[in-house]
Amino acid sequence: MDDTPYISIEKTTTTSLWKNRQPSLLGQLDMELTERCNNNCQHCYINLPEDDLRAKSKELSLPRIKEILRDAVSLGCLRVRFTGGEPLLRPDFSEIYLAARRMGLKVLVFTNATLVTPELARLFSEVPPLEKIEVTVYGMRRESYEQVSRKPGSFSAAQNGIDLLLRHKVPFMVKGVVLPANKSEMEEFSLWARKFPGIDYPPAHAIFFDLNCRRNEKRNRLIKALRIKPEEGVEIITRDRSGYLKSMKQFCAKFMAAGGENIFCCGSGSGGASVDAYGVLQPCLLLRHPDVVYDLEKGSLRDAMENFFPAMRRRKSDNAEYLARCARCFLKGLCEQCPAKSWMEHGTLDTPVEYHCDIAHLQARYMGLIGENELAWEVVDGKSRVEKFVNQDEQPAPA
Amino acid sequence: MGPAFSIEKVYRRSQDVVARDIQGEFILIPITSGIAEAQDEIFSLNETGRLIWERIDGKKNLKQISDGLKQDYSENSQDIEADVCGLTEELLKRKMVEEVTNN
Repeated sequence: MDDTPYISIEKTTTTSLWKNRQPSLLGQLDMELTERCNNNCQHCYINLPEDDLRAKSKELSLPRIKEILRDAVSLGCLRVRFTGGEPLLRPDFSEIYLAARRMGLKVLVFTNATLVTPELARLFSEVPPLEKIEVTVYGMRRESYEQVSRKPGSFSAAQNGIDLLLRHKVPFMVKGVVLPANKSEMEEFSLWARKFPGIDYPPAHAIFFDLNCRRNEKRNRLIKALRIKPEEGVEIITRDRSGYLKSMKQFCAKFMAAGGENIFCCGSGSGGASVDAYGVLQPCLLLRHPDVVYDLEKGSLRDAMENFFPAMRRRKSDNAEYLARCARCFLKGLCEQCPAKSWMEHGTLDTPVEYHCDIAHLQARYMGLIGENELAWEVVDGKSRVEKFVNQDEQPAPA
Repeated sequence: MGPAFSIEKVYRRSQDVVARDIQGEFILIPITSGIAEAQDEIFSLNETGRLIWERIDGKKNLKQISDGLKQDYSENSQDIEADVCGLTEELLKRKMVEEVTNN
């Protein structure tokens, strides 16, 4: 009847299931199960206190979460990411997790691992998430870790959680953050991270922090004070010069072009979306501008994906500064400026973000794409500069 | 060696696998460990595989499933039996289907 193999094995981490078919309306759903966290990390963009009863009382119920997951599955969703805050803070996390897996979803969990119990580790082992659990680690020692987490006992709790995952052979990876308290431990962290099964690549580090997700001014002052200087950040990401240049050549070949007047040059709200802890659908995990979020209590996931977000994605900028700079800038793909970052920094969808602009310019200078005093949005031959960079064999000297 | 296999036996789909049609791609997603060899594997069935999977219902034996397919599709009967047995054996090996016993 059919000459192809009856059954073929696909790696969920590397395969695009729909191959040449139209992608699903909703391939991935992010769910913030809570905005609360048992840690109180200095730099974090989303960590209400664990005992914030007002926030807790507004969080989605288990039945409602299951409904949303079922709706997502009906739209072709294959992967859900449970994040927070700290998702394991929810006492019904296991039920949420099992429900998602029983619906045929792959589950990605973002956690600090401090709340991993033997029961939960066993559950992850017996009902595997099909994605590596991602554990953020804030320091290699109690002093550095807890200077960041500001929670006594959190270092040993995290170590215990990681040990449990290891003991139950649960696939996971660790990620770091670069803060004054742990900056000197970066190399040690990288070596430690590679000891875990299945990790043969350098761990990711959060280096350039996002501001608070609800634009809390007090939190933002602290985050801004902790932010690494663009020069120092770029020095870190270019430590492995040849690796950096190789990956940037691949990146630039695909993504470097001015975006024009369209505000949404990213994939936000297209094929993926994010539900906050209270049932509001966002086009991505970070974007909470009131004009572009959708209340799932008053509508449906399908309507949001079919109508609301496509209309949002057609929005064009009328901000003169954006049109003069970001819209014309050939570093658009390299720069982290996007509607979400604009919202977090300025409360708008289309304002240049100086911090990210500086970082993008420094990287472009390092790659030899622009000169010392050039501004990328004034460059008229950006495309040919990118082509030259992508095709050159020799590596340019650092600017 | 996997479990003894026979065309006269009845099999049912395992509760530990979820079948999903995503944009025309028919996939089997393991829920519990021990089905996939690696922790990130899922399985894709071709059209023939899907037809057979949907008829493995815990009631009809493989011979009856083959006969049903012969009636619905004008294919060589030996080919159909080979397809039904071939896939079921693979699924059995992977614990995606299980034998139904009378007791």
